[in-house]
Amino acid sequence: MTAANGTSVSIQDLSLNFGAISVLQTLNLDVAEGEFIVLLGPSGCGKSTLLNCIAGLLDISEGRIFIKGKNVTWEEPKDRGIGMVFQSYALYPQMTVEKNLSFGLRVAGIPKDDIAKRIARAAEILQIEPLLQRKPAALSGGQRQRVAIGRALVRDVDVFLFDEPLSNLDAKLRAELRVEIKLLHRNLQNTMIYVTHDQIEAMTLADRIAVMKGGVIQQLDAPQTIYNRPVNRFVAGFLGSPAMNFIDGELQAGAGPMFKTDGVAVPLDRYAFDGTDRPTGACVLGIRPEHIAFGEAARSMPFAADGAVEIVEPMGSDTLVWTKLGGHNLSFRVEAERTLHNGDPIRIGFDPARASLFDAATGNRI
Amino acid sequence: MNMANTTAQTSTAAGARQDIIDPCGPKPRRMISRRNIFLYGTLFVMAAYYLLPLYVMVVTSLKGMPEIRLGNIFSPPLEITFEPWVKAWSTACTGLNCDGLSRGFWNSVRITVPSVLLSIAIASVNGYALANWRFKGADTFFIILIVGAFIPYQVMIYPIVIILREIGLYGSLSGLVIVHSIFGMPILTLLFRNYFSSMPEELFRAARVDGAGFWGIFLRIMLPMSLPIFVVAIILQVTGIWNDFLFGVVYTRPDTYPMTVQLNNIVNSVQGVKEYNVNMAATILTGLVPLIVYFISGKLFVRGIAAGAVKG
Repeated sequence: MTAANGTSVSIQDLSLNFGAISVLQTLNLDVAEGEFIVLLGPSGCGKSTLLNCIAGLLDISEGRIFIKGKNVTWEEPKDRGIGMVFQSYALYPQMTVEKNLSFGLRVAGIPKDDIAKRIARAAEILQIEPLLQRKPAALSGGQRQRVAIGRALVRDVDVFLFDEPLSNLDAKLRAELRVEIKLLHRNLQNTMIYVTHDQIEAMTLADRIAVMKGGVIQQLDAPQTIYNRPVNRFVAGFLGSPAMNFIDGELQAGAGPMFKTDGVAVPLDRYAFDGTDRPTGACVLGIRPEHIAFGEAARSMPFAADGAVEIVEPMGSDTLVWTKLGGHNLSFRVEAERTLHNGDPIRIGFDPARASLFDAATGNRI
Repeated sequence: MNMANTTAQTSTAAGARQDIIDPCGPKPRRMISRRNIFLYGTLFVMAAYYLLPLYVMVVTSLKGMPEIRLGNIFSPPLEITFEPWVKAWSTACTGLNCDGLSRGFWNSVRITVPSVLLSIAIASVNGYALANWRFKGADTFFIILIVGAFIPYQVMIYPIVIILREIGLYGSLSGLVIVHSIFGMPILTLLFRNYFSSMPEELFRAARVDGAGFWGIFLRIMLPMSLPIFVVAIILQVTGIWNDFLFGVVYTRPDTYPMTVQLNNIVNSVQGVKEYNVNMAATILTGLVPLIVYFISGKLFVRGIAAGAVKG
């Protein structure tokens, strides 16, 4: 985060209601100059709505939006200094690539030679020079999305808005363009706000991720922090594939706090509690599959238990193994070379310092 | 392997029977099956049902009156004559005028062309505004407009006579043009609104980010993409207005009668001999314009109807 450069986009107490339905609730978000922010969440969480509010395509109910220190709350989209890339590319089908790129500039009445220069630059950056005279129908999905990015690029704007730009592409192209967008951001150093429901895109691209649910930002932090120290059970479950294991149990206070469930007791001496007060009662222990050690490595862990292999899921790069811990299903990763069979006795263990504890009622991190 | 051998032996045992073959490639279809007989039979009957009257009309219009009196309406003309066509077009009497259908034809052209252009121009902007610029009360406005399509014409005929008289357009062609444009509005607006709603909304948003306004988006983005629906609208309006009889007879005077009203006056004249051949020729002449429109644009018509009907 390059906070020293100042704020690029600032959203203050933004609310949006459609009739009686509240889509966004007093939302605050500051995006630093040159920062890559990813809005991540399941569909219907309000992330695309928030992006459309920033773009000025939706009228907001309350609050203010600043871009580059200027209050743009009532400004038209074209006057906000933004470029936008849409999921369906939204290229004008009857125009060639060149006309698509220049449309906004022609509307704005920019001189012809200036337009030509800007198109040449964008085409070079995105390597779409050979496609300039083609119509969108004659382009592949990846090429179309490049042109769509180019349309934002020629506008020479401060802020790029991406609305799930890779969701319509197949997995291989998605991975390629993800890298290209990252390179683009590195070269241009523009502020970028990127909406996605894909946690891999979020983790790989973002300087900071804002995880959203129900129109509220649940957690706004660097990807690693969000991954390792999720603030609540929703964030913990949404990020990570394979998903985090959740075990219901009891938290017992005392000199050495313990997590207990069906005959299993996990010592929590090494766990970094949030805050100073130690609540007791029903809680949920979350542990990521890759943080569970297996076999010899499990012996050195502060907590270890015996179990049996239930199901083996080979995934190529590694293998996911399912077992039971105190009656709860638990998955963990082993190297792909390990051959395990159903019913094999195994020993697993983990370091409670890497686990997360959540209040069973509120779902918040303890 | 064993199975294959057994099959081979069986087929040998069956002698000339070749029907035990290994299925491979497209499944063979029999041309003459019960399904095909039904299908093509029905199609043939329906086609004959609709084409027979047309055939009789054409044949009769090419006969002279003595030949018609023989009564063989299905037989082709013994002696082909174009006299009835010429008469229908240029000398048949309708009331006081005896210059045939030509007067009505040009009246109809002068009614149809401006009505079609005006109604489509207004309705396309209406539909675009209703689909893309959701103003307050847009739904109410739309419902009122649609309800308008269900009010019987008869209810409105007399009030419109009074309105046209008050603004001094009663009996003139421009008065009829206005009436046609208004009555075309509900269905055309519905057509255009549905078509524009079916266009991806992101396209509209992208154009707004690019800085295009209400007219910019309509003229430069939406219009170039809407050829099919414009063709549908043109066909609906041209045929509808050309074939109109009620408004034509109510809102015009004898010298501004459209072709349909003139045709009625020719065919239904009670004086003199019924000239069936002239009547047939006049009817074909009047129906020719919609017929030509259908033939030219049939394919686009179907495409546009399908595109406009997706969303309700």
